[in-house]
Amino acid sequence: MSSSVTASLPVSLPPPGRSLSAWWQAAPLSVVFFLFFLIPLLLILMVSFWDFNEYELLPDFTIKNYISIFNGCSNTDELCVTFKTYLSTFKFSFLVWLITLIVGFTVSYFLAFHVPSRSMQTLLFVLCTIPFWTSNVIRMIAWVPLLGRNGLVNQGLMGVGWVDQPVEWFLFSDFSVVLAFVHLYTMFMIVPIFNSMMRIDRSLLEAASDSGATAWQTLWNVIVPLCRTGIIIGSIFVITIVMGDFVTIGVMGGQMIASIGKIIQVQTSYLQFPLAAANAVILLALVLMIIWALTRLVDIRKEL
Amino acid sequence: MNRNQGPAAYWLLALFFSLFVVFMYGPMLVIVVLSFQGPGGGLTFPLQGLSLHWFYQLAEGLGVVDISAALRRSLGLGLAVMLFTVAFSVLAGLAFRKKLVGGNALFFVVVASLIMPSIIVSLGIGLEFRLLDIGIKKGLELLGLQGTLDNYGTSLGLFTSALGAHLTWTLPFGLLIMFAVFNRFNPAYEEAARDLGASPWQGFRYVVLPLIAPAVVGIGMFGFTLSWDEIARTSQAIGYVNTLPLELQGLTTTVTSPAIYALGTVTTLVSVVVITLAIGLSKMLARWKKT
Repeated sequence: MSSSVTASLPVSLPPPGRSLSAWWQAAPLSVVFFLFFLIPLLLILMVSFWDFNEYELLPDFTIKNYISIFNGCSNTDELCVTFKTYLSTFKFSFLVWLITLIVGFTVSYFLAFHVPSRSMQTLLFVLCTIPFWTSNVIRMIAWVPLLGRNGLVNQGLMGVGWVDQPVEWFLFSDFSVVLAFVHLYTMFMIVPIFNSMMRIDRSLLEAASDSGATAWQTLWNVIVPLCRTGIIIGSIFVITIVMGDFVTIGVMGGQMIASIGKIIQVQTSYLQFPLAAANAVILLALVLMIIWALTRLVDIRKEL
Repeated sequence: MNRNQGPAAYWLLALFFSLFVVFMYGPMLVIVVLSFQGPGGGLTFPLQGLSLHWFYQLAEGLGVVDISAALRRSLGLGLAVMLFTVAFSVLAGLAFRKKLVGGNALFFVVVASLIMPSIIVSLGIGLEFRLLDIGIKKGLELLGLQGTLDNYGTSLGLFTSALGAHLTWTLPFGLLIMFAVFNRFNPAYEEAARDLGASPWQGFRYVVLPLIAPAVVGIGMFGFTLSWDEIARTSQAIGYVNTLPLELQGLTTTVTSPAIYALGTVTTLVSVVVITLAIGLSKMLARWKKT
């Protein structure tokens, strides 16, 4: 900060040391990410090559952690546990991505193009985002009285006579896991897509309709391409969250469904840090590859 | 409005939107209702009477879990995260408006932290502090401080590792909000203040801060509510104590009474109060700015 002496002078040039003061202002935030993000990531990479026994970590440089993860995976007759877990996680990522994209896009489309007044748009948008600020676990538990064996849905179905006995697969199943993910994370699609849609120049839509485009043509050839950035950002959010998840899959899967995140969590609880770290490195590499592919998608289409 | 879409499209979309809102809020309302059941109530409908029974149960503690201690810990941590998030985001937001060497790299790291799977961040921080523990113990041994060594527990804790873990999650939101604010900010006000002889601090305190105040309140709300409900990043990085959401996650497998719904109602109430306060306060500040 410059002193009060310079302040009393007519200042026409930027005060000296401006970029230095910028540096100081950015320092606290930088230190947090250095201490709690960059160093931990480097430590994960380092420890993934360490050895361990029941009591302690043994500094080393060995790839046996990685080998043990893929142990038995050369067998072509049956998938090994690791590959099965990855496939299952990919399956969840894909399903949740597809559903949140369709639901999120439709909700944003309604908000952006069919709600006439600006204040109504803001109100409805906030209405959609408020659940994001409440507890995820509570929002998961909230499905129990609805989907459980004696839950409302089963009571309803049996009351109507569509089923004779309670449907079991509503809860603690792949279905309930996907449902909870969609419930929790559609918001991550709505916000960026809505943001992209609000930036679209409305005269483009008029031009499209004046040129004789149907509503579908306008949607597909004008709105969707212009929302591409929002769609990509939302997709990155949703896919990375599901890829690393262990809480939702744990609670909604009745602690019975495997996921990469869950493997890491269990290994950490047994203090098998090098194994957990090796799994984390592989997960990170996969996630980075997916993000890279998604961002390429943006660039390629920009070039066309 | 899309004029070439008929009313049918509008009503279909409106119906879809309404169903989405019901989907978002319905389950939540169900557990709020079920938490006010009588003592004979179970986990599902029909409702067995009306009472505050399960809230009293909650106050007495669920099994071995001391709910009120966890609640106090989460409140304390949430407030600390809120303060740090506000201060660091606003400062960094100001820094990014100037020429900041390495600004792009810093921004990249912040975004990376936002989309990094939380289990990885959590594992890394847990690992970092455990290695720190090993180092400290070795150091104490070398120095011959046997007494201190015997009493030494761990450096993992609420206001060390857990606080850091939460900040890696809340600061990206804070910084992105600051970017959104400063992208729409007219620097003419500041220049006018400077031309009138305001020091940089005065310019910030009396010109910039009042203008960005509603957004700063928003950052505070993000900081608190995200910390209040955070599980994934905390899970491996907290040591022996637990925050409220972590206790809650554990309780989902053991507690089979509406007491867990009562806990859900209480934590949601805290979130809703904070959100309402924040929205009210930022609206008030925005109105005050205009007059």
